Amino acid sequence: MATHDMADAANLLVIDRLTKRFDSGAGLFAPRRSMTAVRDVSLGVSRGSVVGVVGESGCGKSTLARLVLRLLEPTQGTVHFDGVDLGKLAPRDLRRARRRMQMVFQDPYSSLDPRFTIEQVVGEPFAVQGEALPPGRIAELLDQVGLAGEIARSYPHQLSGGQRQRVGVARALALRPDLLVLDEPTASLDVSIQAQIIKLLQDLKQDLGLTYLFISHDLGLVRYFCDRIIVMYLGAVVEELPSPSTEPRHPYTRALLDSTFSPDPGKRRHLASLTGEIPSAFNLPKGCAFAARCSRASSRCLSERPTLTTHASGHRAACFHPIVADEKEPS
Amino acid sequence: MGLLEVDRLSVGIGRLTLLEEITFEVDRGEILGLVGESGSGKSLTALAIAGLLPLIGARVTAGAVRFDDTDLTRLDEYRLRKFRGRRIAFITQNPMTALDPLQPVGEQVDVVARLHLGLPADVARSRTIEILTQLRIPEAATIYRQYPHQLSGGMKQRVVIAMALAGEPDLIVADEPTTALDVTVQAQIIHLLTSLVRERGLALVLITHDMGVVAQCCDRVAVLYAGRLAEQQGVRSLFAAPAHPYTHALIDCIPKDGMARGSLTGIAGSVPSVAHFPSGCRFHPRCIGRQSVCEASVPAATALPGGAVACHFPLNGDARHG
Repeated sequence: MATHDMADAANLLVIDRLTKRFDSGAGLFAPRRSMTAVRDVSLGVSRGSVVGVVGESGCGKSTLARLVLRLLEPTQGTVHFDGVDLGKLAPRDLRRARRRMQMVFQDPYSSLDPRFTIEQVVGEPFAVQGEALPPGRIAELLDQVGLAGEIARSYPHQLSGGQRQRVGVARALALRPDLLVLDEPTASLDVSIQAQIIKLLQDLKQDLGLTYLFISHDLGLVRYFCDRIIVMYLGAVVEELPSPSTEPRHPYTRALLDSTFSPDPGKRRHLASLTGEIPSAFNLPKGCAFAARCSRASSRCLSERPTLTTHASGHRAACFHPIVADEKEPS
Repeated sequence: MGLLEVDRLSVGIGRLTLLEEITFEVDRGEILGLVGESGSGKSLTALAIAGLLPLIGARVTAGAVRFDDTDLTRLDEYRLRKFRGRRIAFITQNPMTALDPLQPVGEQVDVVARLHLGLPADVARSRTIEILTQLRIPEAATIYRQYPHQLSGGMKQRVVIAMALAGEPDLIVADEPTTALDVTVQAQIIHLLTSLVRERGLALVLITHDMGVVAQCCDRVAVLYAGRLAEQQGVRSLFAAPAHPYTHALIDCIPKDGMARGSLTGIAGSVPSVAHFPSGCRFHPRCIGRQSVCEASVPAATALPGGAVACHFPLNGDARHG
């Protein structure tokens, strides 16, 4: 894989061949084991765009989010933010760089300190940066995320799930960042509230010129919200779609799409598209990680690991037998 | 005449009324979807059917839950046990909490058949392996001996379904059975439940917040909002022409293919808590079509072809999307 898009100044974030391995310590009964949560992931996020990272549990999407903000140290690879290699920054400079990149977490119930008032929650980033809180900033932030000013003196338990997630967004916006990493920001909310939060994020992006890295398990939502889509399976990128309407070439992306239930009773599917489940990341097969569940798998898929190959501009898939548009041509 | 008839069921805790006059029925070979946001009363309805309201200090205050012509709300605990787990089975959201971590999963399925059908241990055991195989669990005899922590989420949920089937039930009440699972596994479990209903002639009450799941497998749908029934219809007419603005809004919350950015707006506000139910139609503060009468009086249920809607201004044919 080339270090694609690397030199492109349009990219606010460039992730290059990022790998994270976790080692589990040997216990009384357990031998030392290691698993690669993220393997050799490269991607660029251009300014003002929304890049979606989609996959099921264990695909490494949340680890990737933490690597981007350097909440975790990568085993290999680099993260460049606005041209600066975050791995080369001293702790103090890293803290300064983090002002410009913030995260919104999945669960607004556990990501807000229950003993803090909303005012304290939203003002905390200033305290962390050792700065005075600009007067009126809390009210302004609450207004930006559609919350009434009175909420400032409430505690998290007094708010609904949707309100809490708005507080999470307000806290992320406090220091006027350029990039938000959104890690499943709506996964624990009702669909009605999910739609509200997505609308809010779209409006904020427009008004504040933000760039998003959006992590989700929901391909339907990612296709609605994102400009480009990265599909991950067991730690590796299996496909990159240049636009939400691009037809998938990787059988896993196809299966994810087929597993998304359409809210239309006229379009019923009668067969589950995929059998089996995701194998353990501690015990990865030698070849393609998806081969055991794939109907197109050949003996080559079991012995050799496919790498990302470009099919069209910006469209890459890691598959020896990609799906062809009308499925009549030989693959 | 349905196998299960929930008839003007009201449930309360102390002086609070949590569910008000809920009415629906489900017959053999049929899947009824019970939908609504969290706090709408879906799980409470399941508890009421199971006769488990005392667990949370609640009780049935009016109405009936008739199963095969027996009103379950009038049975004592001893007689209720002849139904619960035997003729009516339950599947919960999180398979981890439904399984005992200290017992091999196969034995947990055996217990149901031994208790309810009086089968001897060896017969129950081979029957369990048979059921596990029918649920497309590979190497069922090996899985039988394993403990819950050794199984994946989807496999655990299959074991819970096997426990439900072990008593040879006529009705299954499944409360968000796939919410804790990955999307590809969710699709497998939904297809599995659907084929069980079709092949064995079971009745299924499927509780879910996911309109996509409802569209894919239910025959009829009851929409709950803040403890009341908003609308009930056949699945095709419900999606083609939702009569209640709440149903319409819920359907519109799901992103569809080719939808323009920004067209997904959600439903403003959130479900009120029991202590703060609004007057009149409980949906009125969030409803885009509300008028003064909506705040003043509770809309009565009016008949639709094959259903009912409780709204002062049900959406007419033009406003319904096709």
